[in-house]
Amino acid sequence: MSDDVPRPAVLTHSFSVERHGRRVLHDVSFALPFGAVTALLGRNGAGKTTLLRAMAGLLPHRGTLEILGRPSGDEVRPRVGYVGQHAPLYRTLSVAETLRAGARLNPRWSAAHAKRLVDAAGLRRSARVGRLAPGQRMRLAVIMALAKRPDVLLLDEPFAPLDPVARTELAGTLMAEVAAEGTTVLLATHVVAEVDGMCDHVVLLGGGRVLLAGGIDEAVDGHRLAVGDDTDRAALAGADVVEVRPGSGGFTALVRTGPPPPAALTWQRPSLEELVLAYLREDSA
Amino acid sequence: MIFRIDRRTGTAVYVQLVQQVRQAVRTGRLAPGDRLPTAREVAEHTGINPNTVFRAYRELETAGLVEPRQGSGTFVRERLPPVADVADLRRELSAWVDRALAAGLDAGDLQAFLAEEVRHRVG
Repeated sequence: MSDDVPRPAVLTHSFSVERHGRRVLHDVSFALPFGAVTALLGRNGAGKTTLLRAMAGLLPHRGTLEILGRPSGDEVRPRVGYVGQHAPLYRTLSVAETLRAGARLNPRWSAAHAKRLVDAAGLRRSARVGRLAPGQRMRLAVIMALAKRPDVLLLDEPFAPLDPVARTELAGTLMAEVAAEGTTVLLATHVVAEVDGMCDHVVLLGGGRVLLAGGIDEAVDGHRLAVGDDTDRAALAGADVVEVRPGSGGFTALVRTGPPPPAALTWQRPSLEELVLAYLREDSA
Repeated sequence: MIFRIDRRTGTAVYVQLVQQVRQAVRTGRLAPGDRLPTAREVAEHTGINPNTVFRAYRELETAGLVEPRQGSGTFVRERLPPVADVADLRRELSAWVDRALAAGLDAGDLQAFLAEEVRHRVG
């Protein structure tokens, strides 16, 4: 790697995970630049949760995982924040006790930051964690991760339990963190619209493999979408087709750009959602 | 200045930011010397990626509308470049809309035509 190519914040190469004797992730390779906000997308069972858990050091893996330029392990673990799908917290503790435990367990803990985020989220300090609504519990779990001042933040479906107001508030909190600290974020979701405008990179998983990884602008620019009648079908010959989806008397086609797309059809820039859906449908077909 | 992001239009978020600053400068809501909100403020308020805000501000800087000042933020420039005279274009558009409506097209048709023409040229 030459000096003028910045090292990524996170790098995986030939990264594989087995669970109960079955391979769940196969040769996953991608790089996340420093300060990037990446959507981890895929259908249920694609391996999103397994990937995040393995990156957080909770599952054994084979292959390369580099975080902040170093092999993953005890040295870099304090710089990685991870929030699992069910907001793992002690249900019998109060919010205040949870924060105190966080302060004791994490050398990089910022009490001032935690206080500001708890106040902004409107969480009562005396409330029992087990009595919080699922959305509030998720916000507390994200606050616990942010107060550790992580350089890399891994979030598994953080928006799923949130109501619309809390969702925009959490999005604002996360993006302010990225602006102020340059935090690198990898965020699993299956709602593409949820991360539109928030994420600048994407990792798309299907059946435990990477279907697409990179900058969202580059990914969208690298594809074109066309709608045609059945009579136009022959025009697709020679194109690098991702998916052809038949409709009533016609089709929708997504192709990779490279060779000039067939002139007989009118090609348009796909939306991120169209791009992701085409890859996921084709993968499941 | 408060940005309003509409995720349902096909318009890229950074383009929406650029358009809203241009509009605010044109209507005088932003005056020369005014400070634009920081990327962090915009990110926190709208939940959009701060890199998108940087990109919009860079484009406004290239267009000569704003200038960054070391350590204190991004400001509307004291001397703004002259704006193109759009009065003629507006008159032509207005005449075209009159003709299209008289020919029986509705608002949806007009918007579809315009969107298609724009898309063909600027992708």
